[in-house]
Amino acid sequence: MHSVYFLDHIWLIPLFPLAGAALMLLIGRRLPNNAVSTICVGSVFVSFVFALGAVVQLFGLPAEQRVVERILFEWVPAGPMHTSAGQLVSFVADWGFLLDPLSSVMVLVVTGVGFLIHFYSIGYMGHEGGYYRFFGYMNLFMFSMLTLVLANNMLLMFVGWEGVGLCSYLLIGFYFLRKSAADAGKKAFLVNRIGDAGFMLGIFLTVGTLGTIKFTEFGPALAAGHFAVGAPVLVAIGLLLFVGATGKSAQIPLYVWLPDAMEGPTPVSALIHAATMVTAGVYMVTRHNAIYQMAPFALEVVAVIGALTAIFAATMGLLQNDIKRVLAYSTISQLGYMFLACGVGAYVAGIFHLMTHAFFKALLFLGSGSVIHALSGEQDMRKMGALWGKIPATAKTFVIGAVAIAGIPPLAGFFSKDEILGKAFEHSPLLWIIGFVTAGMTAFYMFRLVNMTFFGNSRVPHDVEHHIQESPKTMTVPLMVLAVLSVIGGWIGWPAALGGSNRFERFLEPVISRPMAEHAEAAATHASAMEYLLMLASIAIALAGIWLARLLYLQRAELPGKIAASWPRLYKLVYNKYYVDQIYDAMFVNRAKDLGTTLGAFDTNVIDGLGVDGAGWLTRFTSRLSIWWDTWIVDGSVNLAARMVWIVSFPVRMVQTGLVSSYALLIVIGLLIFLGYYLHPLRELRTLFH
Amino acid sequence: MLDKVVFYFFAGLAVLSAILVVTRRNVVHSAIFLITALLATAGIFLQLHAEFLFAVQIILYVGGIMVLFIFVIMLVNLDVALHQVQFNRQTLLALLLTLALAAQLGLGLRLGRSVMFAPARPGPLEPNTELVGRTLFQNYMLPFEIASILLLVAMIGAVVMAKKKV
Amino acid sequence: MIPTSHYLFLSLALFTIGVIGVLTRRNVIIILMSIELILNAVNINLIAFSRMFGSVDGQIFALFVITDAAAEAAVGLGIIIAFFRNRETVLADEMDILKW
Repeated sequence: MHSVYFLDHIWLIPLFPLAGAALMLLIGRRLPNNAVSTICVGSVFVSFVFALGAVVQLFGLPAEQRVVERILFEWVPAGPMHTSAGQLVSFVADWGFLLDPLSSVMVLVVTGVGFLIHFYSIGYMGHEGGYYRFFGYMNLFMFSMLTLVLANNMLLMFVGWEGVGLCSYLLIGFYFLRKSAADAGKKAFLVNRIGDAGFMLGIFLTVGTLGTIKFTEFGPALAAGHFAVGAPVLVAIGLLLFVGATGKSAQIPLYVWLPDAMEGPTPVSALIHAATMVTAGVYMVTRHNAIYQMAPFALEVVAVIGALTAIFAATMGLLQNDIKRVLAYSTISQLGYMFLACGVGAYVAGIFHLMTHAFFKALLFLGSGSVIHALSGEQDMRKMGALWGKIPATAKTFVIGAVAIAGIPPLAGFFSKDEILGKAFEHSPLLWIIGFVTAGMTAFYMFRLVNMTFFGNSRVPHDVEHHIQESPKTMTVPLMVLAVLSVIGGWIGWPAALGGSNRFERFLEPVISRPMAEHAEAAATHASAMEYLLMLASIAIALAGIWLARLLYLQRAELPGKIAASWPRLYKLVYNKYYVDQIYDAMFVNRAKDLGTTLGAFDTNVIDGLGVDGAGWLTRFTSRLSIWWDTWIVDGSVNLAARMVWIVSFPVRMVQTGLVSSYALLIVIGLLIFLGYYLHPLRELRTLFH
Repeated sequence: MLDKVVFYFFAGLAVLSAILVVTRRNVVHSAIFLITALLATAGIFLQLHAEFLFAVQIILYVGGIMVLFIFVIMLVNLDVALHQVQFNRQTLLALLLTLALAAQLGLGLRLGRSVMFAPARPGPLEPNTELVGRTLFQNYMLPFEIASILLLVAMIGAVVMAKKKV
Repeated sequence: MIPTSHYLFLSLALFTIGVIGVLTRRNVIIILMSIELILNAVNINLIAFSRMFGSVDGQIFALFVITDAAAEAAVGLGIIIAFFRNRETVLADEMDILKW
């Protein structure tokens, strides 16, 4: 009865978009747009079908058995090794896929929302150049994200991690001829890379400590190693992994790339920077909950950073004028919520918020894309207004998304955010206050955006106003689907306090390790009254935010200007995003550039100077020696030989006078010598005188 | 006694003439003094009982060769040579070396005097001309013929040398 | 009887004077004449020894010497004439074409 076809073939899920990307790489240039859309959007759809089938079949299994692994091939072969805890294990890393409740949530979100965004892109990117390149990169991204989500070990997850980083760079810098876009792509990749270094160190430390990197083996490895709760090495692993998460999921201090990433096309912002890639960090922390549960300090750090990021980003979103920038800061803020949840042990709440956030943030981004499309490229909200009647489908779906993110029940955002706030309050009231204030700010800036864009007086320039028209069906249908999901998406997590069965929590429960689960069970039973109070407080602050936005941007539109004028320095500080980018530039970027310049100077002067020029100088020097040798010694010998001949021949030559008289003289001289020899005159002279 | 006088006369004349031959500026004078030197030498030959050679010397040497010399002296431009330097650059060196050679030869003569100077034995040289003739045509026939060829060659050579280029 | 040595010393004297003439004078005619002197000195030597040994060979030799002297003088003078026709000079110092 229970077929396992889809479960057996979970490894196909990432491969469909990979095939699409490969086709785009090879022949995409020559294909017409229709073919490109069919191949690429179709591949994501097929992945969604397979994912849905696999999850349904997983659901068919009993709860304890919902851990399905399929190994494609052995990647890093098994080898014996000693862990730092002194155990002998056999280390192996496969190219393997794991489907359990956690990854099934992720895979459905990624393929489902991804498919809707691909579909939307057909209309949005229809008139852009590089159509096939866009879809090729998008499909490559889907492959990487799915590999990340379905990986059964840290190394394969890292492969997907790097892949999504690469695709983020490619897609942010899609309009590469624009310098700001190219710079934004570079910034994203470089900041990500810093995080990746942390992730890698975390992987290495895990290998050394636990001897395994397979998620299913963490529990047994931790038990076998007899680690104490709070062991320093586990805290180190947790912190290093979190460094990777801050890079990928744009938390303090590595969030600076996300606002600049809005240079990419809007579907990219929707898919990568709202629904999927940025959530990889949250997913990764949740996957490693076994380790985090044994390192409470690391979890504290996660929670604190998450909370601080949430409020910090929300303050910056209050004053931005670019519609996409507001949404970007909103994303950073919401991600902070998710990490806050994980940090207090409420992993389920974090994943829940991840899912609902994917729905309404994608909706908001795609909606803003529709607005920009209608206004022929205008992104500054100060030049928008009174668009409600002109682009009704976009406007209505957008407002639904705004209400959802503000946290108004019974829409999706309320349930997930409320669960996080509730668990946060149990852990630490201070964290709850931060989250609470942030929720108010979220509602405020979202409705500021809505009022400035869709309501009030039209500030649209005259020539743009003529061309305002609703987007085509390919764009509005995904908006509607996402709007529906934003409404009903939260209902599977309907809390027990309001009479629901919270099926989501029960679905994900087996994935979370034991230690904190007991704590959570104990706390859940006796805090019902507090729960209601907190719920009401959340709703109240959200309504307060909406009311304030209405006041400042619809009824008394002159107020924001006056408030800004009263606190000019504070306004400037927040408007310029606390000058964080400039601080980073001065502290790190320029230092790196200086290092580059120094090394360049070293290269030029020392390497080129000593090495290359030095070699040249040496060659010239030796050649001069050689010339000297050649001229003086070699030629000298030759010349010496010649001169010797000349010298020796000199007397001989002088004899050839051509004069007969001198020849006759020589004859006489010869005769003298001859006679001198034979007559022995000197000897005979003596006998003569005896 | 007479021998001595004759000898010293002809010897003195020969040496004196020879010195004058070598030192005269005028070439004709040198030629004349050469003639006298040759005549003196002929006298010496006579004293040595070599009558044939005495005659041959006068007829051939003085009458033939010296006449030839005079002809050539006349052919060659004398006036120019009269005013030029007569002795060449190596004169001093030549004198020294020649005197050294003379000293050496003199020494050689002195050293060998015990062998050389046995008294003469007159007799076999008489009558001189017949003896010379007989010895020449009997014992030295070949050298005689060769000498005649030599003279033929010299004749041809002289004619070739002296004729104008055609 | 005059001792042969006297004749030999006479011959030596004439020979020396002749050699001096050959080496010293610039005029080639006088050089040739000096050569004749040398030959004469040799003749005196030969005949003196012929007298001393009573052999006529010396005189025959001297005859040949005279013959040779004649031939040589003829050819030599011919050369001098030929040279004089070309170079207008009889000075040995100016006949140096074969120099280095």
